[in-house]
Amino acid sequence: MDAFLFQVLAGLATGGIYASLALALVMIYQATHHVNFAQGEMAMFTTYIAWSLMDAGLPYWPTFLLTLMVAFLLGVAIERLVIRPVEHAPVLAVVVVFIALLVILNSVTGWIYTYTLKPFPSPFPEEPLWGIRYMSPHEIGAIGITLLVLVALYLFFRFTPLGLAMRAAAQNPQSARLVGIRVGWMLALGWGLAAGIGAVAGMMVAPIVYLDPNMMGGVLLYAFAAALVGGIDNPWGAVLGGFLVGVLENLLGAFVIGNELKLSVALVIIVGVLLVRPSGLFGTVHVTRV
Amino acid sequence: MTKKTLIALLLLVAVASIVPFVVSNYRTFQFTLVLVYAIALLGLNILTGYNGQVSLGHGAFYAIGAYCAAVLMDKAGVPYWATVPAAGAVCLVVGFLFGLPALRLEGLYLALATFALGVSMPQLLKYKALEEWTGGVQGIVIAKPDAPWGLPLNSDQWLYFFTLGVALAMFLLGWNLLRGRVGRALVAIRDHHIAAEAMGVHNALYKSLAFGVSAMYTGVAGALGAIAVQFVAPDSFSIFLSILLLVGIVIGGLASISGALYGALFIQFVPNLADEISKAAPWAIFGIFMILFVYLMPTGVAGALRMLSERQKRHNFPAAKNEEEVP
Repeated sequence: MDAFLFQVLAGLATGGIYASLALALVMIYQATHHVNFAQGEMAMFTTYIAWSLMDAGLPYWPTFLLTLMVAFLLGVAIERLVIRPVEHAPVLAVVVVFIALLVILNSVTGWIYTYTLKPFPSPFPEEPLWGIRYMSPHEIGAIGITLLVLVALYLFFRFTPLGLAMRAAAQNPQSARLVGIRVGWMLALGWGLAAGIGAVAGMMVAPIVYLDPNMMGGVLLYAFAAALVGGIDNPWGAVLGGFLVGVLENLLGAFVIGNELKLSVALVIIVGVLLVRPSGLFGTVHVTRV
Repeated sequence: MTKKTLIALLLLVAVASIVPFVVSNYRTFQFTLVLVYAIALLGLNILTGYNGQVSLGHGAFYAIGAYCAAVLMDKAGVPYWATVPAAGAVCLVVGFLFGLPALRLEGLYLALATFALGVSMPQLLKYKALEEWTGGVQGIVIAKPDAPWGLPLNSDQWLYFFTLGVALAMFLLGWNLLRGRVGRALVAIRDHHIAAEAMGVHNALYKSLAFGVSAMYTGVAGALGAIAVQFVAPDSFSIFLSILLLVGIVIGGLASISGALYGALFIQFVPNLADEISKAAPWAIFGIFMILFVYLMPTGVAGALRMLSERQKRHNFPAAKNEEEVP
């Protein structure tokens, strides 16, 4: 029982990281109906920026905030410079642009920072918090920060005029434009926010897996799965999906089939869920008009 | 097929037959791989381009084809040429079966399911219980076939002609399949599946058949690729291969047969070119090439060529358009 509890909690911790990245994917999906395959690499790149800042002697929390700002600007810049020109291209052409971004960011990071692993500090204390021995303080902190991001996003979209404008631009671009919302900039803003959320995920995962240009490959895959299981158009679903995928992955790896095949089996289960509920657990079912 | 395209095709085959005699053995090997990729891309294009089902996991079918060929040659002593149809048949069945549950999924969800297939394949190939056949992480080494009947060709050249022959057969088959009733049914499902259903197209059957046929093409390509490279190992069929195949059909041109060839040239030679431009960050250069191609030719190379030839036609016969409009 002890081991079981331990695995579930460890799963929740990694699940929190999947959830943050899934949230970033959902952000961009809601605004543009594209799945950003480069999301993980954007997060990785901004985590390297954080590493550089700390390497230059900045303390953790100022670096954290500064990195969020850099990530935001990077997201806006990518939307404006790279994605905007293919706005009207076929969907698969846009997918190719995302894949291109993925390999470019990965390769450039490897070029600048080399492929050797780098340790990344955690902002949370070393000693167990409140006598909890099942989870490290970093894991508890990562979950806390994920939830904090979710609540902040909810408040932003629900209670601020800018959040309302962004929702309007995503739901009905034509009408939004008619009431004077600058739809193009709202999309860019959405990209910026998503990049910021991704940066948080990157800085939370880096202390666990070490900093490395390929660190986000697996995480992105799980985040993608989490977003789809939860329903790609539902932020709460995506976060729940993230925790679900994290726990599932851990339990399967520990008790059922071992670490070799856990990725495969987790994916098979996810596909199984989708076969029963094709738009995810909490996604809206789309009714097509004939 | 019009007379003009027939002549163009014969010319292309003639040029392709001269290639191995004027370039080095290594280049011949590279062109063999271009033909292999072209077959795989045609397969993926049948599914994604013509039928509108996105697959992010076609590398898995390529791997199954390659392993079929390798295991048959290594364990059962089957001659190399006989492994190609066997690999195709196995992939046809596997693809058809995978296509059945995939019927429930659309768009992104299908992309995830196929992505899962692509990610799982290397892990399955490494799986302990299968190690006796697959050779585990080490993979299987295959002997290179020599030219039969005392032909004055070295093994690279022979393999090139063998692959060229198979590729020609597969392309003719694909062209024949896509120009008729089946091709129209596939496109109709892609464009509006409800309307297609209403007109009597059996959606479920055609969609899973498209999956099967597409997998068969990719499996044949995998078998040929394994014979050409003389080696199979789980890590050469990572998810990256699947992504590269998708990039190939988009750059080559979706829903076009010739696009498969352009896409194959792109995925075979542009990474090398990128490597020559920058040793430090070759993939960054490759990514820039990808973005440039999408910017300049959003409908792929085949689409851009089609547009150019249309423009040329209009330029040569400005009146032709009006004549067509007369009922």
